[in-house]
Amino acid sequence: MAAPVLEVTNLTVAIAGGGDRANAIENVSLTVMPGEIVCVVGESGSGKSVTSQAVMALLPKGQLRISGGSIKLEGDELTTKSQPAMRAVRGKRAAMVFQEPMTALNPVERCGDQIAEVLEIHTDLDAKARRARVLDVMRSVHLPDPEQMAEAYPHQLSGGQRQRVMIAMALVLDPALLIADEPTTALDVTTQAQILKLIREMQVRRNTGVLFITHDFGVVSEIADRVVVMQRGRIVEQGTKAEILAAPREAYTQMLIAAVPSLVPPVRVPITSQVTLETIKLNKTYGGRSFFKPSGRVVKAATDVSFQIRRGETLGIVGESGSGKSTVARCIARLVDPTSGRIDLDDVDIARMSERKLRPYRRRVQIVFQDPYRSLNPRRSVGQSIIEGPMNFGLPHGEAIERARNLMGLVGLSPDALDRFPHQFSGGQRQRIAIARALAMEPVLLIGDEPVSALDVSVQAQVLQLLDSVRKKFDLAVLFITHDLRVAAQICDRIAVMQRGVVVETGPTANVFANPQHDYTRALFSAAPGQGFGHRIGAGKIDLVPAV
Amino acid sequence: MIAFIIRRLLATIPVMLVVAIFVFLMLRLTPSDPAAIIAGDNATAEQVADIRNKLGLNEPIVTQFFIWGSKILRGDLGESFFFKKTVAELISDRIEPTLSLSLFTILLAVMVAVPLGVLAAKRHGSIVDRMVMGFSVMGFSVPVFVIGYSLIYVFASELRWFPTTGYRRIHDGAGPWAYYLVLPTLTLSVVYIALIARMTRTSMLEVLSEDYVRTARAKGQIERKVLFRHALRNAAVPIVTVIGLGIALLIGGVVVTESVYSIPGLGRLTVEAVLARDFPVIQAVILMFSFVYVLINLLVDLVYSLLDPRIRY
Amino acid sequence: MSVEPNIAASSSPLTAVPAARRQQSSMARAFRNPSVLIGGLVIVIMVALGAAAPWLGTINPTEPHTSGRNKLPGSEVTVRDDDGKPVKIAYRLGSDNLGRDVYSRVLYGARISIFVGITVAIISVIAGMIIGLFSGYIRWLDPIVMRIMDGLMAIPAILLAIALVSLFRAGIGAVILAITIPEIPRVVRLVRSVVLSVREEPYVEAAITTGTPMLKLLWRHVLPNTIAPMIVQGTFICASAILVEAILSFLGIGIPPETPTWGNVMAAGKDVFYLFPHNIFYPGVMLALTVLAVNMLGDGLRDTLDPKLAKRV
Repeated sequence: MAAPVLEVTNLTVAIAGGGDRANAIENVSLTVMPGEIVCVVGESGSGKSVTSQAVMALLPKGQLRISGGSIKLEGDELTTKSQPAMRAVRGKRAAMVFQEPMTALNPVERCGDQIAEVLEIHTDLDAKARRARVLDVMRSVHLPDPEQMAEAYPHQLSGGQRQRVMIAMALVLDPALLIADEPTTALDVTTQAQILKLIREMQVRRNTGVLFITHDFGVVSEIADRVVVMQRGRIVEQGTKAEILAAPREAYTQMLIAAVPSLVPPVRVPITSQVTLETIKLNKTYGGRSFFKPSGRVVKAATDVSFQIRRGETLGIVGESGSGKSTVARCIARLVDPTSGRIDLDDVDIARMSERKLRPYRRRVQIVFQDPYRSLNPRRSVGQSIIEGPMNFGLPHGEAIERARNLMGLVGLSPDALDRFPHQFSGGQRQRIAIARALAMEPVLLIGDEPVSALDVSVQAQVLQLLDSVRKKFDLAVLFITHDLRVAAQICDRIAVMQRGVVVETGPTANVFANPQHDYTRALFSAAPGQGFGHRIGAGKIDLVPAV
Repeated sequence: MIAFIIRRLLATIPVMLVVAIFVFLMLRLTPSDPAAIIAGDNATAEQVADIRNKLGLNEPIVTQFFIWGSKILRGDLGESFFFKKTVAELISDRIEPTLSLSLFTILLAVMVAVPLGVLAAKRHGSIVDRMVMGFSVMGFSVPVFVIGYSLIYVFASELRWFPTTGYRRIHDGAGPWAYYLVLPTLTLSVVYIALIARMTRTSMLEVLSEDYVRTARAKGQIERKVLFRHALRNAAVPIVTVIGLGIALLIGGVVVTESVYSIPGLGRLTVEAVLARDFPVIQAVILMFSFVYVLINLLVDLVYSLLDPRIRY
Repeated sequence: MSVEPNIAASSSPLTAVPAARRQQSSMARAFRNPSVLIGGLVIVIMVALGAAAPWLGTINPTEPHTSGRNKLPGSEVTVRDDDGKPVKIAYRLGSDNLGRDVYSRVLYGARISIFVGITVAIISVIAGMIIGLFSGYIRWLDPIVMRIMDGLMAIPAILLAIALVSLFRAGIGAVILAITIPEIPRVVRLVRSVVLSVREEPYVEAAITTGTPMLKLLWRHVLPNTIAPMIVQGTFICASAILVEAILSFLGIGIPPETPTWGNVMAAGKDVFYLFPHNIFYPGVMLALTVLAVNMLGDGLRDTLDPKLAKRV
């Protein structure tokens, strides 16, 4: 057996100033063999990114510090190396790809020059030879027209192309170790599939050892050879992909894996109750020419969007970023004014109502936002946030408080917590509070705009269950916006697939997943990583039996 | 690009229009009769009536504005009551010292402040950083004339290295011209250096925490190049912005500095005009300074596109 | 801390806890910041000196004494009071060209400077906040207000103040007004930028969908976000107002020359500066110290209350 590329033994990284835990990671040991992809998987705060930064000696100065253990790169101890000595390692023997390619590339330098910079630092090649190597590596990561791409600035490329440039930059000197820190998290699912394929391809061709940091079990099941599961700075368990995914030993791993929703939707009874919301040829365009902005382009965010949602039904709108799915939600909540079309709420068109006339209808449509840290006013207690709406519509203070207490219980929080402030709650709890605030208005339509996208997978499952149970309890029409096909498969009765502002396909969830009609839908579904992986989200509890 | 310049020039029209309206209304909105203000405290009723007629004050106010505005556009800035000259003549007499002083100051300030700011950001939290920040707060706090008199006291009165006050025109020789401007330039540049150094530091600190700086380090790049190749160019836009906006501070400083050093420039002219209540001059000076200020900031906008390829017009 | 342990367990301790800590103690931290402490202490001393001026061995700061002109610090003269009785005056910090006591004028001057600084800060912040809140929230109003503000900002601040004082009879009210007006557009811009960013916050959008009327929305959800930046900005305005008041007085176009202000003391001393530098030196030091203290207070408050402000400038 060959010598490992990376051997981390008992690595401990201390947090300066303590906080509520002394170490960011503790006694972490793992190895990466040549030609092997090791996935480090964990929720936020698990210390998976700290591990990768420690290997590259890129820990934020003054905040985190290696306090014990060893890191060996091809048998060479790194923890005792000086910064100048580490500089000779970084970029040459160990390279890194980051999460967000837009911010990881220097925005004012041409892409080719940024790749060439690595050669400038570590080799004696002249400008001509450097250029040849740059074009070579750009070709090998399948960037179209490398000559032109090398002259482009990062903002002129697409997200996927930018990440290809990052990968080219990392691999131009054939490092023994590639660290990829959530390299596809910021990308759309179709792009993600291509980048995963590329990493696999490059790694096989060059026999690189890859340390792949991710939170997504779909990605793990797609790309990993071995898996390391982390929680709160410690390794919970590690093993081959088959061992971990099929037969996890530890309860935490079992819980994590069970919380991943399946891509196979359950069979649902079609809902035939009365229509609560109907949009008819809804359009929203942004921009346009004006005196001061003659170059202002017209952006069609939504074009002729028509759909219906019935009482007690969940309609999911799925699509990648820029598909216009959030725009549609915001038009219906009248947070933006639609350009044309109808929004019929219980047969009353609210699309162009003035704010004054709209007021009584406002309470009927409520929305839960994506970011739990920004959706509650940090200066007001959660009680004040929940009762604000009902009191706007004349409910006396005492009754409003009573309603808030009941709702807190309903969403699984203590009614006594009403006096607390948002910062005293976790992300998942805040999302529950946001749901309580929406329910306090007694709406007929509840919009969730990516309501679980910012949550860790275990919390996500709980919030999804809550949403599903309030839909049943109050017979709500739910409009569920998501980019996550797994979530959509599990929670939606029907889905509408949007691409570039247009609904390309709509139908019962099971039908659309089983038999997608439109090319884009097919491409989208086939790109989802880890096809056979995942579990059904049951009505009351997490179902541990894998779906078919 | 040319289309952009034209468009931006057009966009300055509303701004300049607001300035013009303000300058025009200045006289009309005072509680007292503008004609009486202009005529002075000892004027007779006939004199006041004469001035009223001459200024067209009996016309409706909108007509007055258009008459006044069209004159300005034709370059007719009116006539000074106090200096008995046309305002245009006055300004052209006084522009050279002000222009010389301002250019020297901008040059000196940028050359000193940007390296100081970069240094402070690089050694964030160190003694160098604290000294730069300390100097910067001092620069904002010590009034220009206190700096001016201190410099005169030390370098002119005591050490006798430089003349105390006065100005030599450039066509009388570049040597004396520069020599007489040394102390005024130092005086005026303190606050400007403070402003630019501070912004450079802030902007650099922000950029240094960006992901692409981390990428550069992950490539194995040395710190000096991380700083200059990756950080400074990205930090440049706010720095250039503050250089442009700082012109307002500079113009204020010019007024004071010229008074301290008895330099016969536009700043002194402004003060003399206010003391003499010579309104045509005050109006013209404000219009002109504002116009220059707006133009410089327009120029700054154009520089953005050279610094940042994401900005395209 | 957490309400439901089973849910809290899955949350991130690294992000949740510092947020809580920041929320609770930003005010407390501000009072532990060294800049805030030192700046605050100096301001308190200056206020005390001004308030207690009559009991600190001062004489009438406006009364000229023909026999006591231009005395050096420490001189003593005997003058006759109204009844003809001889009175001994000790000029601790010297006298000016009219024989007025610089020590008394400097102490009383603290009153005017601090009064002008605080008044300007309060008026401009309140006015700017009202205009900015509505302008940021009412779409049709915004372009109109902003064009006017752009126009006012195009006139360099000191120049605008000079122009405004020239319109009125000299007096403290006129000076305060003249310094306040140029500050307002900057406050408006800042408030508006806060409003525009807060308006995008999901909790504000949630308040809209729960039918909160606009005024309530501004009051409850938007206004509180402007408080910290306004305290910081107000402090900086106070510093700059003290400076501008001194500059106007120094140029002889501010508060009437007999009133004891630091700028007036310096204006009286500027012609005889080479022989009697104390006229510039003492008020200059007081002025610089005061402005420095206010600026340090502002810097400290900004660092603790509103770290984002540093980027806005």
